Amino acid sequence: MNVTINGQIEQIPSGLTIVGLLAHKSVEMPDMVSVELNGEILDRPAFDTTLVSEGDSLEFLYFMGGGQ
Amino acid sequence: MRPEIIINSLAFDAMITHCRDGLPMEACGYLGGKDGEVSHCFPLTNTDSASDHFTFDPKEQFATVKQARALGIDLLGVFHSHPETPARLSAEDIRLFNDPHMQYWIVSFSKPSPEVGAFMLKKTPDSVDITVVHIVIK
Repeated sequence: MNVTINGQIEQIPSGLTIVGLLAHKSVEMPDMVSVELNGEILDRPAFDTTLVSEGDSLEFLYFMGGGQ
Repeated sequence: MRPEIIINSLAFDAMITHCRDGLPMEACGYLGGKDGEVSHCFPLTNTDSASDHFTFDPKEQFATVKQARALGIDLLGVFHSHPETPARLSAEDIRLFNDPHMQYWIVSFSKPSPEVGAFMLKKTPDSVDITVVHIVIK
């Protein structure tokens, strides 16, 4: 099925959760990634249960913080 | 040979100004550009509002990603300030910097004039490889 990931239309297998999609995309350090699904930021506990659907728009980016 | 990054003076000055305006708190943001040359500074909010720590606002992060995409540029770096310590990566920076595609810039105000350092990190479960990047302002 087709979804948009970081602005690019991509074909992915059906039935993936967000965790499954991050693994499918070989995203490094997935525990440090924030995900926006159709314009809404997903809570991390939802990564395991949220299924990706045809036509979804997803954005991945890394949590960013630090300190002196 | 040490890697090099070019940044235009407008973006560089905007980064310094944002960091100076944030004192005594840490300030932060993204740097964007094309073909390894920084052309844009995107100031972000430090949601920690602390003098020794910063965290990006995820909503601002996603908005900035889309803004950069609309401009046809890439996000190349993350910057933040060290109000009182040198322009080097702290242990906390190394722990939390996980995007392998970013350069990490630090603006230090530990001396009368700001000092800027840029770094690349390669992390594995067993090691951290830090490379200092030479900054060219044009």
